[in-house]
Amino acid sequence: MRALKGVSFDLLAGEVHALLGENGAGKSTLIKVITGAHQPDGGSIEINGEQVAHLTPASAHKLGIACIYQQPALFPDLTVAENIGLRLEPSSPLKKVNWPARRTRATELLQRIGAEISPEAEVRSLSMPEQQLVEIACALGAGARIVIMDEPTASLTQKEQHLLFAVVKDLRANGVGVIYISHRLDEIFQLADRVTVLRDGESVGTHAIGARVCDPQQSKTTKNAMESPKAEFDSTSCGSESRAPEMNESSLIKLMVGREVSAIYPPSESEAGNVVLSLKHLGCSAGGVRDVSLEVRAGEVVGMAGLVGAGRTELARVLFGITPADSGEILLNGERVTINSAQEAVAHGIAYVPEDRRRHGVILEMPIAHNMTMAIHRRIFPGAWLRFGAEKQLALDFIHNLGVKAYGTEAPGGSLSGGNQQKVSLARWLATKPKLLILDEPTQGVDVGAKSEIHKIIRHLAKEGLAVLMISSDLPEVLGMSDRIAVMRGGTITAMLPGKSDAHEVMAAALGQKEGAE
Amino acid sequence: MLLIFLAIAAPAFFQPQPLLSLLTREAPTLVVACGMAFVIISRQIDISVGSQFAVCCVCAGLLAAKGWPMPMVFLAAISLGAIMGALNGWLVAGIRLPSIVVTLATMVMWREALRWKRQGEFVNLPDGMQWLGLSQVGGQWTLILVALVLLVVLAMATKHLSAGRFVYAVGTDAEAARLAGIRPQLTTFSVFVFMGALVGLAAMLNVVQSPQVDPKSGSGLELKVIAAAVVGGVAVSGGRGKLWGVFVGLLLLACISPALTHLHVEAYWEKAIQGAIILLAVVADGLRTRKQRS
Repeated sequence: MRALKGVSFDLLAGEVHALLGENGAGKSTLIKVITGAHQPDGGSIEINGEQVAHLTPASAHKLGIACIYQQPALFPDLTVAENIGLRLEPSSPLKKVNWPARRTRATELLQRIGAEISPEAEVRSLSMPEQQLVEIACALGAGARIVIMDEPTASLTQKEQHLLFAVVKDLRANGVGVIYISHRLDEIFQLADRVTVLRDGESVGTHAIGARVCDPQQSKTTKNAMESPKAEFDSTSCGSESRAPEMNESSLIKLMVGREVSAIYPPSESEAGNVVLSLKHLGCSAGGVRDVSLEVRAGEVVGMAGLVGAGRTELARVLFGITPADSGEILLNGERVTINSAQEAVAHGIAYVPEDRRRHGVILEMPIAHNMTMAIHRRIFPGAWLRFGAEKQLALDFIHNLGVKAYGTEAPGGSLSGGNQQKVSLARWLATKPKLLILDEPTQGVDVGAKSEIHKIIRHLAKEGLAVLMISSDLPEVLGMSDRIAVMRGGTITAMLPGKSDAHEVMAAALGQKEGAE
Repeated sequence: MLLIFLAIAAPAFFQPQPLLSLLTREAPTLVVACGMAFVIISRQIDISVGSQFAVCCVCAGLLAAKGWPMPMVFLAAISLGAIMGALNGWLVAGIRLPSIVVTLATMVMWREALRWKRQGEFVNLPDGMQWLGLSQVGGQWTLILVALVLLVVLAMATKHLSAGRFVYAVGTDAEAARLAGIRPQLTTFSVFVFMGALVGLAAMLNVVQSPQVDPKSGSGLELKVIAAAVVGGVAVSGGRGKLWGVFVGLLLLACISPALTHLHVEAYWEKAIQGAIILLAVVADGLRTRKQRS
């Protein structure tokens, strides 16, 4: 799988350039290439007009590239001054620390960005935005010309956002180029000069935003990261870009989604029956889920869309009793239930095929037969005495029914391909004879062939009367498979859409735009 | 291989009498090593077994001296071990503390409490206690048999009981096991309790070998059983290993000392060689895992 296929991107000094794209569009990979963490296998990178052959994290640092991540990477037990010192002072284990100089520098840097933080404060005692400010101070102190901010406002309150925006504007005024990644379109319109949209690892367009015109004379940083030799070097000048047609939110969302839902998805054949699962104002503060109301009927596939971190997996974990709910109600077949552990969830007929199958779905060292019976020991092995014959028969049945490609029931889970592992994980849960099946990213990292097989299996299960709740970040999959679509954002369901919805509508809801914003 | 080498270099090693007493001496160690295998497979460690062993030995001796009947003494020792194991298990599984720290603390605690209480005094056992009231050879064979039968039963149980498979699952990945509806905390707790019970039984197998109980017995036991498990192919990273391997590992380690004597090498080398063998086993395992990953 190629994460980046051909990205052309340029950043000017003194501009805020937003980077926008769906989950998995290649934003993080692009950042990793720019910071030297990953090596591109094609294309070129130029900084200040000079081609950079081999970018490593250390050389990126030297060239003035700094990245501020969502979770600041500071040492919590050290003071602000010590953290800044560690980043900026040339280190040698025996070098004497000049404490007054360290403190003075920290104070200066913090003042420059207008942060009211004491250099003596322990980082542990700082709030998340304050820690981000310390990171920005480090970047400034290192003389960064290019500052990358990866969803900096994800955990900030409104007030803290304004503080951060002021700092970003200040950086821009000082001639620093800022690459700003965010899912919040309103922020991008407030802050950015230009925006580049990534889709499926390609840049699908760079557009000016608003009436702001950037000054071509300041253009001294040009970057270009490409992973495909056929992609052409893009040296668009600022002047022409700023005259590009003005973008509005709706057209940006269209650019992000872009694809047509292909017809490869099997059609829905099932009729929705009784309500199997009904949630009423369900919340779990530990899991960041709040006020979720949802119904899933027998024979129905309800797709769950949303951006990473919107609370979808967290909701699944609440339903499966891993982080039990602390407010609201769960009704199964009309009866109110409490689910406080995975065992209780299984007893109620809930099955959860987890997201990270290599880590949590299949025990790689164990034979697939053992993996498949893992959740049903009590039922098929009365008296806790294993019956290998029964186990083998069950495994053979599943291997046959789900089309698992393995050399036998004794093959270790780790020897299977991703798609087949997913089928084993699915078999384990189907063996519990559930009424509600929760699938979390069922086809992530699975090749195309196995993917459509899994889709057929899901359809078949729904037809047999299973209620299916399918979490997926693959938008075409959600659109193609779902009878109804629940969109989550910020830990709650923000929209319920019919299955034949438009990608644009789903994306707009996931991003927090009002429906029909066009 | 070592045994063949010994057979050629030191035939005296294979005379029945020394071999019998060697196996008898190692019978309690084998029982503890089986328990340790479960602990390590579940990705934990218990270094307090030596101290638990000493406490069980002394208490069993005291109860026997008070005139308790033999079966009651056995039961008491096993229960006491299980209780001490439960303490470890509660701290590790219930409060989720790292097992190395917990058992380090209980190791020192039990050992020092015993020293303070008994002041290093030996406990004299009543007549009829030694060798379970049998002849020496009969007693020796009985002890060996008990240990071997236990080994076979446990090895079978690991394979044929749900519980055995749960231990492997939890040791491989506790979170994956939890998502599969297993209770990792309960499994871990049970493993520690079982470990303690086996220590209690092992203590009895040790007590009946002599007319007195040494309050220092069991010192260094934890190292020996961990070594046996690791040498026998139980992965320190959890989830992998077989009891048969532990048996072979223990035999190998147990042979070092007499082998050295027969080969006229100074006995000081024993620990060094033990250490080297453990290191070798761990390195081999590490290399194998790294190969699998790449």
